[in-house]
Amino acid sequence: MSEASTVPAPPRGLGAIGSVLGRPVRSFFGYFGDHALMLWKAMFWLFRRPFRPRLFLEQMEFIGVGSLPIILLVGFFSGAVSAQQTVRALKLFGQERFVGATVGLSLALELAPVFTALMITARAGSGMATELGSMRITEQIDALSTFAVNPIQYLVTPRIMASLVMLPVMTMVFNAIGLIGAYVYAIFVGGVDVGSFIEHFRYLTDPSDYLQGAIKAAVFGVALALAACFQGFNVRGGAKEVGLATTRAVVAGSVSVLIIDFFVGDMLGVIFPFQS
Amino acid sequence: MPASPSPSQSPRPPAGKPYQENTEQLQTANPQWQIRVRGLNKTFGPQHVLRGLDLDLERGKINIVIGGSGQGKSVLMKHLMGLLKPDSGHIYVDGQDIVALSDVEMAKLRRKFGMVFQYAALFDSQNVVENIAFPLIERYNLSRDEIMARVRELLKRLDLEGVGGIEQKFPAELSGGQRKRVGLARALIDRPEILLYDEPTTGLDPVATKNVDEMIMQTSHDFGVTSVVISHDMASTFRIADRVSMLYDGKILVTGTAAEVLRAPDRPVREFVEMAGLTVPPPEASA
Repeated sequence: MSEASTVPAPPRGLGAIGSVLGRPVRSFFGYFGDHALMLWKAMFWLFRRPFRPRLFLEQMEFIGVGSLPIILLVGFFSGAVSAQQTVRALKLFGQERFVGATVGLSLALELAPVFTALMITARAGSGMATELGSMRITEQIDALSTFAVNPIQYLVTPRIMASLVMLPVMTMVFNAIGLIGAYVYAIFVGGVDVGSFIEHFRYLTDPSDYLQGAIKAAVFGVALALAACFQGFNVRGGAKEVGLATTRAVVAGSVSVLIIDFFVGDMLGVIFPFQS
Repeated sequence: MPASPSPSQSPRPPAGKPYQENTEQLQTANPQWQIRVRGLNKTFGPQHVLRGLDLDLERGKINIVIGGSGQGKSVLMKHLMGLLKPDSGHIYVDGQDIVALSDVEMAKLRRKFGMVFQYAALFDSQNVVENIAFPLIERYNLSRDEIMARVRELLKRLDLEGVGGIEQKFPAELSGGQRKRVGLARALIDRPEILLYDEPTTGLDPVATKNVDEMIMQTSHDFGVTSVVISHDMASTFRIADRVSMLYDGKILVTGTAAEVLRAPDRPVREFVEMAGLTVPPPEASA
């Protein structure tokens, strides 16, 4: 049999167009489908014995306590910078007394959850991808299977759940330190009256604003941990591929946080309509 | 149109067997053969890695599967552990076809196995004691004292007890030989019947290679386990093997004692033997 007869003929006409257009579509759905499958398995194994609480606590410590210094630093300056720009803008209208409320709202609804998620993606997400990638190429994940331990349950489920829990907590820390930064700048540099700052903040912000921020943060937590675990878990090759997977994990995590922010923000806007 | 073979039938008899083997024989625990592989096929995309492979592994002996790089040795190993499912074929462990087992049943059967990985695959985040104790912690509800007693006993038997405070060291602080021993200790802690070694001497110097060879022989003798070693180290293979099988082009090309394989006329075997600089024993030496 000649070689030519064993090679399938390339598609022609509409088939060729469909083949060319279909490839990225298949790749797109395959990519999201694989993520969804990993998330489903992680949730499935969450409710099966053994529960291993130590692994959850270790990951909560890594994601939460380990990220505390960077969250405090970034949170303080984010609040201060927001106050700086807000004071400058509101002074044009003589309304700088609203700076506490403005910064408080923007922190609660956007800045705190998004910046916290981006910081944790950069610090903990990259760490997760590198750790799982290294475990994959050194056969540690295969070793888990040989001891009848499900690698998804042992490695992925605790990371996703810890991230789901710790992102809202760290977001609240970001909110608190961000408000302190805003307060320090507005009162001591911007010359805003302390009473006005506090009174307008209390009047215009609501616990539901913080709830919205916490819900967003929880969704971001799942997305960034899933992206990191997926990239790390599926590394094939060596050290170079681990590095590439880490880069992909940070990019995918950051991009997904910003895209999810838009859609979740819209949905939460319907659930929690703004009340003046 | 010929009827397709039913799943319960062995797809093909093992090469060179003088009698027709039936499924009932394979499904019965055999005093001589602990693992019997029949007609194993595995493809990865366009790559046909295992092509109807037949293999028998002898109980309580050191069985070595040799072959060049990319011949499917590690793929075969992962099939034996149930980490990969074949496209077709059967793997009988003590008469039980593991291909047909569910994940839960396979997890139970894996307790018969221990595996020593090429680079030990120790968990980086755990120290030596935690690594060795890992299978016990995961599988049983034992007290800390019971676990520590088992770990200490094993460290002693493997000459690892008190070696420079090795118990509290992390894998990154160990030498290549120590890692292999700790990997072996982890594989042995749950008293497996079958020990799989994946390229145990790769990357080791001649002295460390000799030490690992001795470790495999001593473990086989002391613990009475069936050892299955995947290797391309010919010199090491012929030093320690009770039974050698050569994997070539996805099939077992030749199988037998070390002396029998050394004398096999097949070209790939001859190339392997010549490249390793081994001498072929005279016929009477094998008798």
